[in-house]
Amino acid sequence: MLVLLGIAVVVFGFLVRANPLLVVMSAAIVTGLAAAWTPAADLQTMWQAGVDTLALFGKAFNDSRFISLVWLVLIAIGLLERCGLQERARMVIAKIPAATAAGVMWVYFVMRQILSALGLTSLGGHAQMVRPLVAPMAEGAAEAKHGPLPDRERYLIRSHAAAADNIGLFFGEDIFIAIGSILLMVGFLEQNGISVSPLQLSVWAIPTAIAAFLIHSLRLWLLDRHLKRTLGAVPAEAPQ
Amino acid sequence: MITLTHLYILAGLFFAAVAVFSAIDPSNPKRFRTAVFWGLLAISFLFGSLIGDLANGLLALGLAVLATWGLGQGKARTTSTDERRASAEKRGNLLFLPALIIPAIALLGTLAAQNTPIGAALMEQKNATLISLILGVVIALAVIMIWLKPPLISPLQEGRRLIDAVGWAAILPQMLASLGAVFLAAGVGDQVGKLFADYIPLDSRLAAVAAYCIGMALFTIFMGNAFAAFPVMTAAVGLPIIVMQFGGDPATVCAIGMLAGFCGTLMTPMAANFNVVPANLLELPDRKAALNGVIRAQIPTALPLLAVNIVLMLVLAFPK
Repeated sequence: MLVLLGIAVVVFGFLVRANPLLVVMSAAIVTGLAAAWTPAADLQTMWQAGVDTLALFGKAFNDSRFISLVWLVLIAIGLLERCGLQERARMVIAKIPAATAAGVMWVYFVMRQILSALGLTSLGGHAQMVRPLVAPMAEGAAEAKHGPLPDRERYLIRSHAAAADNIGLFFGEDIFIAIGSILLMVGFLEQNGISVSPLQLSVWAIPTAIAAFLIHSLRLWLLDRHLKRTLGAVPAEAPQ
Repeated sequence: MITLTHLYILAGLFFAAVAVFSAIDPSNPKRFRTAVFWGLLAISFLFGSLIGDLANGLLALGLAVLATWGLGQGKARTTSTDERRASAEKRGNLLFLPALIIPAIALLGTLAAQNTPIGAALMEQKNATLISLILGVVIALAVIMIWLKPPLISPLQEGRRLIDAVGWAAILPQMLASLGAVFLAAGVGDQVGKLFADYIPLDSRLAAVAAYCIGMALFTIFMGNAFAAFPVMTAAVGLPIIVMQFGGDPATVCAIGMLAGFCGTLMTPMAANFNVVPANLLELPDRKAALNGVIRAQIPTALPLLAVNIVLMLVLAFPK
């Protein structure tokens, strides 16, 4: 039962917002010490247990290096950004007629999910796309339709813009064969003596991706209905 | 034949270049720490298999300490927004092509390694996906360099710009996988499994699958990260009960289980970079609340999706 202390360390670490790498390291050492502890254990035994745990962690760290190979992709993506890839993505979005607030967010959500499934997870994100682009465009579309927005609806739209990014990313990225979570699963299964290829795992992300697409599309459709009902049509413009 | 060892050398050289560029970049206020961090990672990739387990453990500890102390972000030489916009106007949608080469080669290479003699001779079968991915990166790089003719040093500078932005989070998945190994050796999964077995009857497929999926989501809510929940819950319930006892397919169980965990990520303030950072960026008035606007917008999607995952696992993981 004592080995569960490691999990307590993880939860506590995240609660106090400590650096996650340090939290992981501490949890590993606490777990190793807890596994070795008996009422009779002396200091030297515990020291040895700590050293053994560090070595075990080091071996696993070395064996898991393939997980971090994925970052080599950044070289190509960075080079493309230098040549205007993000700007081009913005131009493509901006050309789509912004009919409604939820419509704008839906288009972004679909693009985010598809691009993530192709491994292009860096083409999006809260700082790069949601704040500068998606949220303003969605708010703009709602204002054009319904007139000035009350705070409540403005913040509701902004929250949904962030949600569209997260949901598109989470339920798209696992379809790509070389994303961190897929490689983590391959590594975990290998340590348990089960050999699977990343492709085997990623195809089983597709059904959930389709479900996420359907559910969130419905939610965005309902959001537009909600906005229409609470805000009504744009007040007729005063005659010049 | 290309093996992982070759890719490790490539990655090691990249991280070494990042370290050197960081060290000589005066615009990074913490340039030496940053350089040492990437330098250590370069050592791990280049020499990790030669230095022994304890040295690797100390290296990982060093990375964690440096990350806690704080890394800085340099200013890699890159283009201005105006230059980028001009380039985007000029090249049009053709710019997406090199970006698409990478996943295309990754997929084709994987299939070729499994189904053609040339592919099988070219790369190590077991790691065909990763090798093809990096092959895709190299080919995309070649295409960009020939087509757009950026300065020769720019791939490394642009790579540093992005890896600097990711920062220490770049090795979090690798660290969590290693924590999973320690948990496994100490029998943490068994203990959690025992807790489950003592308090929840897992005597039917439905009960086991529901316990696994809901457990993944709950654990993720507490730990803030599905990557941390996955090894524990899968060792406790996924492998011993769903796979071993009921004969579920391990790939399907794990893939859908991870996505059940992602449903938890949508509902927790602990997943700061997904749920708290955007609330700050968008200046939501309730950004400090446990259930801020972003999380409230996500819960009505996350809960039905969790239920769908349970149903999908029941239907798809037990072929017969």
